[in-house]
Amino acid sequence: MNGSGQEDTHRTIEQIARESYGRLVAYLSSHTRDVASAEDALSDALVAALRSWPRDGLPQNPEAWLLTTARRALIDVIRHQQVVLASEPTLLLLKENSAEATLSTEFPDERLKLLFVCAHPAIDPATHTPLMLQTVLGLDAARIAQSFLVSPTTMGQRLVRAKTKIRDGGIQFEIPQERDLPQRLDAVLEAIYAAFGIGWDDMVGIDQRGRDLAEEAIWLARVLLQLMPGEAEVRGLLALMLHCEARRASRRGPDGQYIPLSEQDPKQWSLPLIEEAESHLAEAFKHGRSGRFQLEAAIQSVHAERARSGRIEWQAIVRFYEQLTRISPTLGTRTGYAAAVAEANGPEAALVILDAIHLDVVSGYQPYWAVRAHLLQQLGRTLEALQAYDRATGLAEDPAVREFLLQKRG
Amino acid sequence: MQFALLVFESPEAFATRKNDTIDPYTGAWRAYYQAMVDAGVYVGGDPLEVPETGTTIRIKEGKRRVQDGPYADTKEQLGGFIILELPSLDQALDWAARCPAAAAGAVEVRPLAPESKRRITE
Repeated sequence: MNGSGQEDTHRTIEQIARESYGRLVAYLSSHTRDVASAEDALSDALVAALRSWPRDGLPQNPEAWLLTTARRALIDVIRHQQVVLASEPTLLLLKENSAEATLSTEFPDERLKLLFVCAHPAIDPATHTPLMLQTVLGLDAARIAQSFLVSPTTMGQRLVRAKTKIRDGGIQFEIPQERDLPQRLDAVLEAIYAAFGIGWDDMVGIDQRGRDLAEEAIWLARVLLQLMPGEAEVRGLLALMLHCEARRASRRGPDGQYIPLSEQDPKQWSLPLIEEAESHLAEAFKHGRSGRFQLEAAIQSVHAERARSGRIEWQAIVRFYEQLTRISPTLGTRTGYAAAVAEANGPEAALVILDAIHLDVVSGYQPYWAVRAHLLQQLGRTLEALQAYDRATGLAEDPAVREFLLQKRG
Repeated sequence: MQFALLVFESPEAFATRKNDTIDPYTGAWRAYYQAMVDAGVYVGGDPLEVPETGTTIRIKEGKRRVQDGPYADTKEQLGGFIILELPSLDQALDWAARCPAAAAGAVEVRPLAPESKRRITE
């Protein structure tokens, strides 16, 4: 096979790996509850594919080929572990299914169960998102560590610990009961949104890493929607992320300077993404069950409306925030609420909202100080404004944001 | 737990120290310092004079070897250090990421070693 043919095969393997990774890991580990071994077996299978596909050509059904090969590797791994008593039934299960899988790709999609396992309450919430990125999307620990600002070794250890807990801690591969579903689904949505948030913050215009993570998060949400089409909040989350994604490019000026949302040029926003977001949001509202992500998406939808009307309906945004602070009174929500109230009703009313937040919880929260500085400046409380600008600037990671704040500080 | 933030700066960053007015880099440092103090995490620290002012000493075979300039021959040079009191490495990394030098140079985070100090001082 010539060089470019081989390259094509490698690209095909990469593409198949990307598309099938989560499905295969989920299916392989749903029997054993051993995510780490399933991942090892799958990576063995991928190495085998890299070796034999360029030589023998692509199999007719690449995914089934990977599944069969990974299964064989998994059986070897389990034999080596010699946990005979515990694994005999598992071995049987794995073997029983192997003939049928060679013939078709029609194996059940267990990714939904895997998503719920990753965001299980018994697992440290800080590990939910990294675990999902690794087991469902196949990202490696080093790359995840980069995005989460922890050392690669630490991230590796956290992931291993979480997987041991899944295997040994009796965490079931199942979709939660009706009764637990809302809360458990919340954890899954939170984890996906956290991945998006990191990708979003990371973006300094040139950083591909951040963009990738945001795209991965959107992809996870699409997978989730495919698996749970009837859940309004899943659509809400997808709509929210698509609205933000539509404005990605307009957050920076030609010289890399930071441009806040209300000063962005709507002509630069992506219309197809906005339209897709709107259709998901409309569909979500039909269910008549409001929720945090639908409300956040609705706020973004009002901002997107400026592309058509040329103005921002701040009163509408305030109303959505009022509902949001009732169901999800997070620091981010309260800060956003204050910023919207300032635009709608003036800085005094907004400052009352910020003053109600305890100082201890905001000492490291940059947006609070940025909004506070802006309000104090509008009120002519210059000295306090300068101090708040300093804190907002000092807590910012993005040099462009720092420069923006230093300029406003004057 | 105490952490040292070792601040490595580029030649351009060192050059801003001669400026008469407050440039964006220096402005960012003032804000960063203020944020650490206000958050109650700042223990201490100091900038160092520019690398060219360093002198490095070694004793080889009983003889003094004196070298002009800093110990490490790298583009980015140690420009100062900050000691922070924080509950975990994760928070130390957050503060390191906010350091203005992180965008133009590098910031190394190291836990202080009180055990080792005790072995020497007690």
